[in-house]
Amino acid sequence: MIWFVAALVGMAAVAWGFRFAGQAVTGNAPKFRDMPYGVAYGYVLGVAVLAWLVWAYTQGRSPDQAIANKFFFLRIAIEGFIIFAIAAWLFRLLGRSVGTSGTKKLFRSMPLTASFGILTILIYAIFALFAGVIAPYGQEQIIPGVAANVIPGGDPTLGGNPDFPLGTDQIGRDILSRLIYGAQNTVGIAFATTVLAFLLGGTFGFLAATLGGWLDQLLSRTVDVLMAIPSLIFALLLMTIASVWAPELGIPLTVFMVVIIAVIDSTRVYRLARAVGQNIVVMDYIEAAKLRGEGLGYLVFKEILPNATAPLLAEFGLRFCFVFLTIAALSFLGVGIQPPLADWGTMVRDLGGFVNFAQFAPMAATAPLLAAGAIALLTVAVNFVVDWMLQKSSGLKE
Amino acid sequence: MSEEILVKMRDVWLEGRSDETWNPIINGVDLTLKKGEVLGLIGESGAGKSTLGLAAMGYTRDGVRISKGSVEFDGIDLLTASAAVKRELLGKRIAYVAQSAAASFNPAHKLMDQHVEGPVQHGVMSKSDSEEDGMELYRKLRLPNPDQIGFRYPHQVSGGQLQRCMTAMAMSCRPDLIIFDEPTTALDVTTQIEVLASIRDIVEQFNTAAIYITHDLAVVAQMADTIKVLLKGDEVETADTRTMLSAPTQEYTKSLWAVRSFERPQKPAVQTGSVPVVSVQNVDASYGTVPVLHDVSFDMHEGRTVAVVGESGSGKSTTARCITGLLPPKAGQILVDGEVMPPDYRKRSKDQLRQVQMIYQMADTALNPRMSIGQIIARPVEFYLGLKGAEKRKRVDALLEQIELEPSQYYHRLPSELSGGQKQRIGIARALAAEPKFIICDEVTSALDQLVAEGILRLLARLQDELSLTYMFITHDLATVRAIADEVVVMKDGRVVEQGPKTEMFTPPHHAYTDLLLSSVPQMDPDWLTNLLAERGVDNIGDAAVDKM
Repeated sequence: MIWFVAALVGMAAVAWGFRFAGQAVTGNAPKFRDMPYGVAYGYVLGVAVLAWLVWAYTQGRSPDQAIANKFFFLRIAIEGFIIFAIAAWLFRLLGRSVGTSGTKKLFRSMPLTASFGILTILIYAIFALFAGVIAPYGQEQIIPGVAANVIPGGDPTLGGNPDFPLGTDQIGRDILSRLIYGAQNTVGIAFATTVLAFLLGGTFGFLAATLGGWLDQLLSRTVDVLMAIPSLIFALLLMTIASVWAPELGIPLTVFMVVIIAVIDSTRVYRLARAVGQNIVVMDYIEAAKLRGEGLGYLVFKEILPNATAPLLAEFGLRFCFVFLTIAALSFLGVGIQPPLADWGTMVRDLGGFVNFAQFAPMAATAPLLAAGAIALLTVAVNFVVDWMLQKSSGLKE
Repeated sequence: MSEEILVKMRDVWLEGRSDETWNPIINGVDLTLKKGEVLGLIGESGAGKSTLGLAAMGYTRDGVRISKGSVEFDGIDLLTASAAVKRELLGKRIAYVAQSAAASFNPAHKLMDQHVEGPVQHGVMSKSDSEEDGMELYRKLRLPNPDQIGFRYPHQVSGGQLQRCMTAMAMSCRPDLIIFDEPTTALDVTTQIEVLASIRDIVEQFNTAAIYITHDLAVVAQMADTIKVLLKGDEVETADTRTMLSAPTQEYTKSLWAVRSFERPQKPAVQTGSVPVVSVQNVDASYGTVPVLHDVSFDMHEGRTVAVVGESGSGKSTTARCITGLLPPKAGQILVDGEVMPPDYRKRSKDQLRQVQMIYQMADTALNPRMSIGQIIARPVEFYLGLKGAEKRKRVDALLEQIELEPSQYYHRLPSELSGGQKQRIGIARALAAEPKFIICDEVTSALDQLVAEGILRLLARLQDELSLTYMFITHDLATVRAIADEVVVMKDGRVVEQGPKTEMFTPPHHAYTDLLLSSVPQMDPDWLTNLLAERGVDNIGDAAVDKM
């Protein structure tokens, strides 16, 4: 702790020196002359953090296994970051040289984060669509003659098996195959749920904005009531009821889950659609359409919807992440996607105990983190794309 | 006036960033301002007036850069000056008055608290001294209750008063230079006079130099010692005000001067007994419980233009909303061709709706930004006349030709790809597409530059002759009324004050309020404001005059 404080204070002096040196060397260029002290400190702090990361990375590559294990995850993170950055850059380069002039222009103004997001989503989509072809084994297949809990990494000396690069789970199923099928189940169901939530919330939101009056009051107050209940607890409660109904009615529990999450999430969509719709409804072109005698359908689909797509699309990406996390959370708690279907949330729960090995056998601890990482990566990717679209749509309005 | 030079801009080039390239905004303009001098910058929108005005402070908006040239303020080079030096100058020696005072004040703080910020920050005065000085300035600017008005919030004072408070704020550090960016554009004529008079007085009293940016020639003629005309980033000419007004040398300047000459002869009076196209009979209306219209009645006859004039809040637009049925009247009725209209537009038949069309003030919000021009105009053609396919396309092309836009070139464009005047033309085409008898024009030219506005007025006049349309022309601009109206209805506080043929309205004697409106329209005469103030007496201008009636 003392060292930490000392380093911060030391950097304060270095920052002052850095700015002074900059002013002297560049002959008082505006960049250094008008630089606030906080910015100079920020530069120095950034350089210090970067230096520490480089040092930690070399430690992670140390031949001494004990030291290398300590920095194992940091090493993986740094390598992953660099690989993804290069992949995203290459993908953007590809997009700039291939395709129509429209897509080329799109890629030219795209930040690296957005191209990373799009690339990641594309890869997930391919895995989800062609899971049956890509996965080496079935998602529920217990391979005969193979031990359970094979460690990821495929190194026999560390308890791995080259045939199962990501290891096997507690009853001997291939984790790689289950991860790939998990994309299909988790992402597919999340997508269906989000679409349903938008159909419900969007329709009612626009109706409330256009018609107003008692319908608006009724819908809005109903939504207020639904939103007042903590959503995860509410979903859990409804799922518990549904799990009793599902076998009686002969409907898969997954259908109930889709509907329940869609209804709960549609309340958020409703709020946005209503707010956006209300801003559009006061425009003169809507008044002109009303005075022309246009019907409700034309007003909503031809006049309002095209002008609301940008914010709705951005919300779609965000909402997708939330739905996805809710499904993973429900599965983790045991009421979501039911075994033997592969699902990332369930995988994290089943293998969670291995995290305790992180200190001395990082490879073993990787097993549950793979599914968790898949969830995190998709969430980050979707958010990057959404940020970019939001920025684009706000730029359009100027 | 001393001969000492305050602002010296030499060969200034400004560029703005859009679509990843830098486009020129100002191409090598020189500007010299002496101490105590007022320079008027005029030009159409997009001419670069505001950008140049801001550059005189060494400031550019986001996405704009000064690519070449030098800006000197009192010997200090503003382009190379450090941030610390600029902080000392801005607010203290250079001040800025924005177009919309309502948007520029922080609504959460009292006026006086915002007024004292500058002097206290710059260490010019203590807070209490500055407050006293503020009251003094409010008094000089002839604000009502100068001792108390500073302790109100921005929403508690009127637009004209707010604009004067902003001028007082700019004056708080006694700057050497104030930049006024269209300070009266958003105000009514009667309020405008008050603001103009006080700005002129205070600038003279403190011998402050000013750059006055506006598109209104008559206004700049009252304020400026020198006028500089800009066109698309180039300087057209610079001359002292009287020379510029009496003998402009450039073609463009002459064309600006000529705009106000468009005037249509008044049509002969209609025969008594003919059925008016639209008749407003004893209409009362209210928003919620607040009454807005009181017993409004007037007739509009075929092929005539009826101008409804009055300041904001007088009920002009509300009358239009009653006619269209957006606001069902509390009492009275609307007749179209002698037939009583259902008060609510939802109860009207398709054909009744077709008869009454509307053109809006802001073409930007009147056209759906996601629809192409073709779709916008085709919709009423299809909706009312049931035309489809090639027939529909033919009709749309014919309409586009009628509004003087080349069909093949504009059919597939989006509204964002058109200029303001072109957008307004599309609004006209959309109204015509319904083949109506009667069109309500709600301030259709007030958001446009003078040359463009004149084009729209000429187009409307031509269409009226060809199609014998009836127009209800809502406006607060009496120049427009003079140009296009046959009959005039003057409104104030939701009542019709006076009505009659145009020639009668523009010849005295008038109703007192009409007289005030007429005399408040700025004239192209540098002495107009001075003479008017002398005539009315200092305490009887603008707001004060309205209140007394």
